[in-house]
Order: sequence, then structure tokens, then C-alpha cells
Amino acid sequence: MKPPPFRYADPDSVDEALDVLAAEGDGAKVLAGGQSLLPLLAMRLAAPATLVDVNRVPGLDRVEASAGGVRVGALVRHAGLLRDAGAAGVQPLLARATANVAHPAIRNRGTTVGSIAHADPSGELTAVLALTGGSVTVARPSGRAEVGWQDLFVGPLETSLSGPAVVVDAFFPALPERSGTAFAEIARRKGDYAVCGAAVVVTLDEDRRVAGVRASYLSVGLVPEVHDLTEAVAGKPVDSADWAAAGALARTLVDPDTDLHATADYRRLLVGVLTERTLAEAAAEAAGRTAA
Amino acid sequence: MTSIDTERTVSLTVNGVPREARVPVRRVLADALRDDLGLTGTHVGCAHGVCGSCTVLVDGEPVRSCLVLAVQVDGAAVTTVEGLARDDHRGGQVLHPVQEAFRECHALQCGYCTPGFLVTIAAGLEARDAAQEITEEEVDELVGGNLCRCTGYANIKKAVRHAAATMREDAR
Repeated sequence: MKPPPFRYADPDSVDEALDVLAAEGDGAKVLAGGQSLLPLLAMRLAAPATLVDVNRVPGLDRVEASAGGVRVGALVRHAGLLRDAGAAGVQPLLARATANVAHPAIRNRGTTVGSIAHADPSGELTAVLALTGGSVTVARPSGRAEVGWQDLFVGPLETSLSGPAVVVDAFFPALPERSGTAFAEIARRKGDYAVCGAAVVVTLDEDRRVAGVRASYLSVGLVPEVHDLTEAVAGKPVDSADWAAAGALARTLVDPDTDLHATADYRRLLVGVLTERTLAEAAAEAAGRTAA
Repeated sequence: MTSIDTERTVSLTVNGVPREARVPVRRVLADALRDDLGLTGTHVGCAHGVCGSCTVLVDGEPVRSCLVLAVQVDGAAVTTVEGLARDDHRGGQVLHPVQEAFRECHALQCGYCTPGFLVTIAAGLEARDAAQEITEEEVDELVGGNLCRCTGYANIKKAVRHAAATMREDAR
């Protein structure tokens, strides 16, 4: 249960980090909060030749909330994002999801961007990035580029990034007008990996009728997916929409796996239950944000 | 050029005392505290971040010391369970209210997980407004990240409420 031997560097700029990553080759891995990477090392599931610790790089610890959305720097800890009132005002789903990330001691150290780059399909913020249509900024020796969530996640714990690359921030678009969100997950112990989780957004039209319903799930697919559930409730007044019908539709769209923690059938059942529950909550918020 | 190392010298302030150790870069903070600095109060349970028994404070915040490399906390202030008690200015020490409450409420049996609970709860209670009565939700959040396989948590939660009440009295 000790990490295997590796080489260690803690550069103080992104450019230097990229230099080290380029020089050390494929065996090099970026270390930020380490709350997913260090368990993998302890279990000997990963054995990088070199860890490039970005914790001493200045300027990556900022949360920038604007009308368009929230940009979260690579060294923003879960606890920091959870406390950020500006971010919660622009995209309330961030704090709602982050409150479900592990335990306070893990949230003090783990980073939002690191958990996205880790690409765990049970990650709360991977689902939120997908649902909100977010992206990450990737720094490479050739320069910086935005990578949309659809192009980022390739498989469990696998992203499309290769070669020397550092994810320097993640961008979560703002909650649209006349919309509401909700997040819920089921775990054996609060703070453990979710057996199933749901992040949803409901958007109403000016007559308070349902115009859009989308959901993303945790621990259900190999990569985060966004499902459009609008057809089950389209055009229905917000107060009388049948959220159970949307839950039933969601159950037909997902394809969960069986593992040690739950069967595929049980996960599909939870998708239905959590969808119905979170949509009712999100719809109430959307109604509150829509003038009668 | 950034140096790439397999071993480094780390300087820490542990429980108010400056300490230094030469460590392999793969050494986690928990092992550095125990093996290099001789502070065996920090216990290693699962060694991969699940149980919470190795929790220490880094610059005042609870972290899993099995999930942080010693080289990553170079220059930081670390508080372990050995640093919770205070001098009584008569040559002895006085226990932290949380430690006192654990004794009072019989909140430990084998004691293996206890250091992690004590450090986490002490930091949590010190970070909140002591004048406010503690809620059940706060109590659950304070103990929810630590595993205890002996007590069943009833007495640990009782100790949290007891310590919060003591700190509330002290704050008046």
C-alpha cells in the first residue's frame, strides 16, 4: 500500500510543467490534488515514471464567475468551489454537485479540474461538465485550446489528451434563464462513490410550460452522457408535468453495467427514481425563476 | 530548469516545532510523520483515503495524510493528534475539549481510528461559530468521513455534541 517509486518535479509555471512532461515522455503524469491519483498509486493500479506536481504554479487557483458561466482554475479545491457564492449564483449545479464529492477532508485537497481530467464516470463534476455543455482549456507546447466535453471523455479514466498537456481550467456555462437544476445521488455511505447519481436541468417557456429537460448520470455509462427527456413532458404546464414519465423514458435510454456494488437492473431503477425526484425539484426552481 | 528528484529534504512546522527530514519523493506525509519524525499518534488504516484515521491538519485544514506526499507539504504547518493538547502553564498539558469529550463519553474502544476523529472534529468545531448550538447535520458531516468499526458512532456523536457544548460555554 505504498506508491511505487517515481521521479518528482514541482515546476512553478505551466510552461515549465510542459517542458518536464515533454522531456519525461509518456510515463509522466500531472499531479494536482492527488485524491484520485494517490489511491491509484497506493493500490499499484498506476505506476507513472514521473509526477509533475502543478501545486506551485501561481494563478491556477481562481474561480471566475461571469454572466456567461464559471471558469474554474486547475488548483481550485472542491471546498473552495463549494464556498464560492459567485459561482453558485451563475451555475447553482456546481455547489449542489460538489457537496456530494467525498468527505470534507478530501474536498480540502482534491480539485474540480483534476476530477474532470481523471475522467471517472462516477465523478460528480464530469456529469456536471457534460450536462452544462462545458469545456476545458488544455495547455500544450503549441499553445492553448478549448476542448469540449464530448471530445474529452473517451472511456473510464481515459481522456483524449495525449502527449505533453496540462488542463489549466474548466468552463461551466451559466444556467439559462427560466431554468432550474437539481442533483442527487445514492451511495452506500455519504461521501462514497455513487451507485447512481443524477444531474438535471429543466427549462420553461414564457408561459411556464416545459420547453427542455436534460439529464446526466453518474456511475451509469462508461463516459458521461447527456439524455434529452423533453419529449416525455414537452409543452406541459410546470405544475402538472408528469416527471415519472420522464423517469420512465430515462430508464429506456441508459445502459448501465453490473458490478460488485449494484446490478444493472438496480441502477436502471435508480435512474428512474432519481430522475423523477430531481426533475420535480429542478422544475420548482425553474418556476421560481420564471415570471408568472 | 525544474529539478526532477527521487529524494528531497522537507522542512515542516509540526505542532509548532520546526522539523526537517530527508525523504524519498514517494513517501506519503503519514509515513514521514510516523517513520521519519517519530510521531506515531497518526495512524494509517486503509492507506488509500477511505478510512480517515490518518487525518492531520495542513495549514489548519483536515487532509488525509496518506493522500499527500511529504514533498508536497514542504514549508507547511502540520498539526497531528499530538498537537491538540495545550500547555497548562504548570508543567503539564490540558486536553483539547474534543479529547476530553471522547474520554467523558467513552467514544473509543480500540482507539485505532481515534486520532483521525479527534483532529477532524477539533478542526471542524474550531472553524464554526461556537456560540451556535450544533445541529445533527453538522455532527453527521463531522464524523461521516471517518470509519470506526468498534463503537457504532453513537458515543462518538455524543462526544461531538459534548465538545461543542463545552466550547460554547468557553466562548461565553
